Amino acid sequence: MHPILKLVLQRIALGILLLFAASAMIFGLTEALPGDAAQAVLGQGATEEALANLRREMGLDQPAITRYFQWLGGIVQGDLGTSITNRLDIATSISNRLGNTLFLAFWAAVFSVPLAIFLGLLAVRYQNRWPDKVISGATLATISIPEFLIGYVLVYFIAVQLGWFAPLALISDSMSLGQKLHAIALPVIVLTMVVLAHMMRMTRAAILNVMQSAYIETAELKGLSTFNVIRKHAFPNAIAPIVTVVMLNLAYLVVGVVVVEVVFVYPGMGQYLVDAVVKRDVPVVLACGVIFAGIYISLNLIADLVSILANPRLRHPK
Amino acid sequence: MFTNIPVSAMIGLFFTALYFIAAIFAPFLAPYGMAEVVGDVWEPSSANHLLGTDNIGRDLLTRMIYGGRTTIFIATAATILSFVTGSVLGFLAAVLGGWADQVLSRLVDLLMSIPSLILALVVLAVLPVTVTTLILVMGLLDSTRVFRLSRAVAVDINVMDYVEAAKLRGEKRGWIIFREILPNALSPLVAEMGLRFIFMVLFISTLSFLGLGVQPPLADWGGIVKENKDGIVYGIGAALYPAIAIATLAISVNLVADWILNRTTSLKGGRG
Repeated sequence: MHPILKLVLQRIALGILLLFAASAMIFGLTEALPGDAAQAVLGQGATEEALANLRREMGLDQPAITRYFQWLGGIVQGDLGTSITNRLDIATSISNRLGNTLFLAFWAAVFSVPLAIFLGLLAVRYQNRWPDKVISGATLATISIPEFLIGYVLVYFIAVQLGWFAPLALISDSMSLGQKLHAIALPVIVLTMVVLAHMMRMTRAAILNVMQSAYIETAELKGLSTFNVIRKHAFPNAIAPIVTVVMLNLAYLVVGVVVVEVVFVYPGMGQYLVDAVVKRDVPVVLACGVIFAGIYISLNLIADLVSILANPRLRHPK
Repeated sequence: MFTNIPVSAMIGLFFTALYFIAAIFAPFLAPYGMAEVVGDVWEPSSANHLLGTDNIGRDLLTRMIYGGRTTIFIATAATILSFVTGSVLGFLAAVLGGWADQVLSRLVDLLMSIPSLILALVVLAVLPVTVTTLILVMGLLDSTRVFRLSRAVAVDINVMDYVEAAKLRGEKRGWIIFREILPNALSPLVAEMGLRFIFMVLFISTLSFLGLGVQPPLADWGGIVKENKDGIVYGIGAALYPAIAIATLAISVNLVADWILNRTTSLKGGRG
């Protein structure tokens, strides 16, 4: 077998194994900790008999291992169970919201990725001069600022004082793409700002790392301008680390989206998860947790694979 | 010693000290009681209420001072827990090696394969939300990062000649960990501590903002943002003050941590 194919298959197998382990951990955590789903539904005043009945109905009288495999089998077939609080099918409720969340994350990525790479290049081009310093300062600031502050500052000044956008990002299927984009403009800006700093700093570090190589010195000595050195020699070699950076930050978007959705009351997965945690609706929490974990692990896996594929030493083995 | 502190670190130290002092002496500094209703809903700032009042008419400055106390207390406790657990397990993994190291490291890999906010939400869906559980959940989830760092540092130190010498003279594991490895691993760990503290402040604020952290009537900065967020739409900025407090605390600690990191690395001739 081609060595690179073998390596790729190995990574994918490892990723799938990790996904199973993560699902087992999420399920195990909700099992091992004190608290009882039947009690949660019926409240403290429930009689023993009613509790026993409900436990049987929910399958809680079976051992945890059996229930885990039933649950996992359901997920593989697209059945996420039913919510405790409103008795609705979780898969139906999630499919719409997952679409909304991915729509939001997609547009945030469309704006933040090119901007971060451009600013990262700019910081390297003017290293230790004012553009670099401004970029580093902004990075420090955005890392320390909670997402909801950026969100509310934008709502306060842009939506309320200036009235350019609605303070809440309400979208529905009947809206056109333009209307939807207008509605999600503020959350997209917040998410962009949240990931931009990390991505910019890591891009800068990746390119600076390449800039120390001997071939860059050669390129400089043969008289290329700094811009051409970066464009022709540094950037192609920095692509692998940059793609890794981008993927890691997209994975970070998955988490950032939870808070931002709550700020803008956006009907997505994050809002759904938080509501379920408040209501202690364990099946919904489990379903959302597994989906978030799955997206996060897959993006990390893709980052891994891209860095393998982008490495010419692995692509053309001797 | 105070003559060569850079301006940024001075600003950082000043604000960090200010917030910590306010947190410790909150009952003496706050003009009103923590949950005392003293005025109308969302009064603008006046001589009586410097920052105005909140969504049910409590003095916002008082809430902010007590809120800082809760936030800083929880973040500090969680940071300590995360450091004690993470570094002891990390050093143990490095010193013991073999299967103990494998088990601990793979467990940490697994915990880190899921974003800690998501994991915290899953756990908080079944646990009662109290200050103790919050500290435990946050501290233990975050100890994975401290584990990775301290293990990496300790693996390097463990092969140094002086550790070999201590092993050959027959010192016990406890001595190796606390008398040989710990003093030499301290400076990277201290620099990391600042970053972990910031992360804890942001973590608890986020949880409280989502309604899953500190429960009312107890105040904390994230919770005050949540309580007052509805005012934003009417142009009332009460929710912005606690959010700004979180950001300034985080930035200040960051500036101090940067300075300590630079200082310790230059003292040791460039190697952290």
